[in-house]
Amino acid sequence: MSTATDTLEHDAHHDDHHHGPAKGIKRWLFTTNHKDIGTLYLWFSFIMFLTGGAMAMVIRAELFQPGLQIVDPNFFNQMTTVHGLIMVFGAVMPAFTGLANWLIPMMIGAPDMALPRMNNWSFWILPFAFAILISSLFLPGGGPAFGWTFYAPLSTTYSTDSTALFVFSVHIMGISSIMGAINVVVTIWNMRAPGMTWMKMPMFVWTWLITAFLLIAVMPVLAGVVTMVLTDKYFGTSFFDAAGGGDPVMFQHIFWFFGHPEVYIMILPAFGIISHIIPTFARKPLFGYASMVYATASIALLSFIVWAHHMFTTGMPVAAEMFFMFATMLISVPTGVKVFNWVATMWRGSMTFEVPMLFAIAFVVLFTIGGLSGLMLAITPVDFQYHDTYFVVAHFHYVLVSGAVFSIMAAAYYWLPKWTGVMFDTTLAKWHFWCSLISVNLLFFPMHFVGLAGMPRRIPDYALQFADFNQWISVGGFAFGLSQLIFLALLIKACRHKGEPVSDQVWDGAEGLEWEIPSPAPYHTFDTPPVVK
Amino acid sequence: MKKLTKFFLVCCSVLASVPILADTAESAGRSDLNLRQGVTDISQQVYDLHMLMFWICVGIAVIVFGVMFVSIIRHRKSRGVKPANFHESVKVEIAWTVAPFIILVLMAIPAAQTLIAMEDTSESDLTILVTGSQWKWEYKYMDSGINYFSNLATQREQINNKFAKGENYLLEVDRPLVIPTGQKVRFLITSDDVIHSWWVPDFAVKKDANPGFINEAWTMVNEPGVYRGQCAELCGKDHGFMPIVVIAKSPDDYAMWRDEKLEAIAQAQAEEERLLAMNMSMDDLMENGQKVYMAKCAACHMPNGEGLPGVFPAIKGSNIALNDQPKHIDILLNGVTGTAMQSFSKQLTLSEIAAVITYQRNAWGNNTGDVVQAKDIHAVANGN
Repeated sequence: MSTATDTLEHDAHHDDHHHGPAKGIKRWLFTTNHKDIGTLYLWFSFIMFLTGGAMAMVIRAELFQPGLQIVDPNFFNQMTTVHGLIMVFGAVMPAFTGLANWLIPMMIGAPDMALPRMNNWSFWILPFAFAILISSLFLPGGGPAFGWTFYAPLSTTYSTDSTALFVFSVHIMGISSIMGAINVVVTIWNMRAPGMTWMKMPMFVWTWLITAFLLIAVMPVLAGVVTMVLTDKYFGTSFFDAAGGGDPVMFQHIFWFFGHPEVYIMILPAFGIISHIIPTFARKPLFGYASMVYATASIALLSFIVWAHHMFTTGMPVAAEMFFMFATMLISVPTGVKVFNWVATMWRGSMTFEVPMLFAIAFVVLFTIGGLSGLMLAITPVDFQYHDTYFVVAHFHYVLVSGAVFSIMAAAYYWLPKWTGVMFDTTLAKWHFWCSLISVNLLFFPMHFVGLAGMPRRIPDYALQFADFNQWISVGGFAFGLSQLIFLALLIKACRHKGEPVSDQVWDGAEGLEWEIPSPAPYHTFDTPPVVK
Repeated sequence: MKKLTKFFLVCCSVLASVPILADTAESAGRSDLNLRQGVTDISQQVYDLHMLMFWICVGIAVIVFGVMFVSIIRHRKSRGVKPANFHESVKVEIAWTVAPFIILVLMAIPAAQTLIAMEDTSESDLTILVTGSQWKWEYKYMDSGINYFSNLATQREQINNKFAKGENYLLEVDRPLVIPTGQKVRFLITSDDVIHSWWVPDFAVKKDANPGFINEAWTMVNEPGVYRGQCAELCGKDHGFMPIVVIAKSPDDYAMWRDEKLEAIAQAQAEEERLLAMNMSMDDLMENGQKVYMAKCAACHMPNGEGLPGVFPAIKGSNIALNDQPKHIDILLNGVTGTAMQSFSKQLTLSEIAAVITYQRNAWGNNTGDVVQAKDIHAVANGN
């Protein structure tokens, strides 16, 4: 596309209009540059991934053998709770926001995000949110110990005072997400390059646009429910207390009305990423672009009417159970369309298997396994047996770790050369991939077995029949944790620009505006919009 | 890329071998790999549904991954393949939207039938009220009025790795629930504090115990036996330590058990009356009190009486334990509203409450010298 190149040459003559990045810490504190903010988000997310991962290591160490060895049950509950909160709100969501910041302006030919100062703000409140959350662990009685789902009344009447900090911290996370989402919507709506009609938008942009609407719709619901928890605990309200006319099950309805769309918030951008990587390395256009867009939108809409499938054992009327069972089963139709489309994209392509493609293929396989166990969980009568067992833990870790997290890693490997201008260390990257792939399956696959055999989740100690598998699971967990240190080493190396310089296109089959600007991507891009034909 | 393919083949074969392994384990009565078939018609139906779903999922996985791996092996650049350029086909896309939909309808029909049967609690022969509280279950037979608590029976020393772990580690209770076989038993399930969930895998019954609300479930057990389950909803610190044990007896044996139980309750009441008139020695009270304390109080207030700062208050050195005896008795009898402290008036006898209060007021340096007798408790309980 010659237009883009023209623009860049044009830019070169007007360099005096720009300042480059400021020097030192001020660059990062005061930056309004989408690339800088993207980098901040991504590093923050990685640090949180390692922090939440360290907590998972504590959990797995305690569960290595039956009996209590390392931590007491109260601290164990804090670990499962904070691990979940950090991974959901601190690792996966900021990683996708970081990718959105880096990529959306470059993909739609915009110079920056639409609301750059708010962008700075929405990042910089996050470290405070997590500092508050993590510091609550050091209070007398410890931090939140009621699970990341904080069911009332365990989180209200029966919780410690760390609840107040937990609520405040979740509020900040929510505000950050809402601001990030507004920014994405406004940017995509207003700042697409001339000629980039809706149905020409890259899939990552489409999936993020839909994700942003989900965020705007449900984060206020989360804010509402944590506020109700706060007032129930401290201000004498009885939203979730039957003694005052409330209902503890209402908490779960409100929470999961947020929580289920939240699940898709964490997977739709992943679908976008995979829809970029597979066509590139298959050297063939994405199969069924339009149906991909419609499938994403259908999944998002359906996500609002399936929340109570998390609550089949709460004692709903049988008609409600059937409605939520059928609606949940329906979600597998558009999700299936996506998987079939990826496979059809590979079919009769000319594939190569660079590291981003390895992660993308692993994503398709392992996410599908997680999706299929999700379909099993939708069947209400059987869900009575699966519910709150390790089968559920296996299911959501397959879709979140080998799904969402693998897609983020795939994205990092795919776009890293564009960001840094150098090819990452491919040997380290392959080690990272194979170690992660093997260990993630050793970690999560046996969880299906212990879950079916009857091991409940969130227990610090277990009956002897579960001992062998738990040992394997823990070994897998430690191996997966250590494998991520390879990734850390690789990222540090890449950020110091150690490696072979890459071309603008980087990957043989890559298409899209972001591959037409120089590598590394200049501090400012698309001051004059390119024209998309 | 051979490695990749090989690995995925291994994955697939592991997946496929699950039911085979499960079959061999089932002959031993229980599976370490798969859902159990259980001992009720419903649990058998649930198991069949599970296996149906499992095989459909395996089928889908084999087809999708099969096509993908053929593509990965054949359509690679290193084999000199030139990429095709097709990128849509309305017919194919409609086909793979409609086909899964039809499969879903086929799954939904048996699932709905089983669900309706599971939720039909009408025409029961026996009703039992199941109440969860932190961290024990209470059972009340609505017809005979038999009422008792069921606590974890595994010794603390086993949990702390000081003693060897027994066969039913963490799955054993002091007083199991007893039900008759061949009769429809209805459970009314509720909670005294947080949400618990009453789960016996062999019955395929899992129902949340919600404070302030009553849920219903039912079972009809075909074979006499001992069936074990656990609380399935995170309910605080000792969530992992509140198992469920149900003994199913033939109707005759059940009737015998019920009569014995009723007699034992009558005897215990007589004994209670007798103890009311007696004064126990300080040594007896302390010895008995320590036993009760370790069984009922130590989970929260810790064996050393120091509690968990910020979560559960200390008894050692507390104002109530040192100075305020009436308040101390009141708390044991009635609990403290809005906290995890529950009422023990139904769980402990008057003499046990007297003993544990004496213990708390004299252990760990709380040397008040107070001696509390059963009649003191009786007086407070009856408001004089």
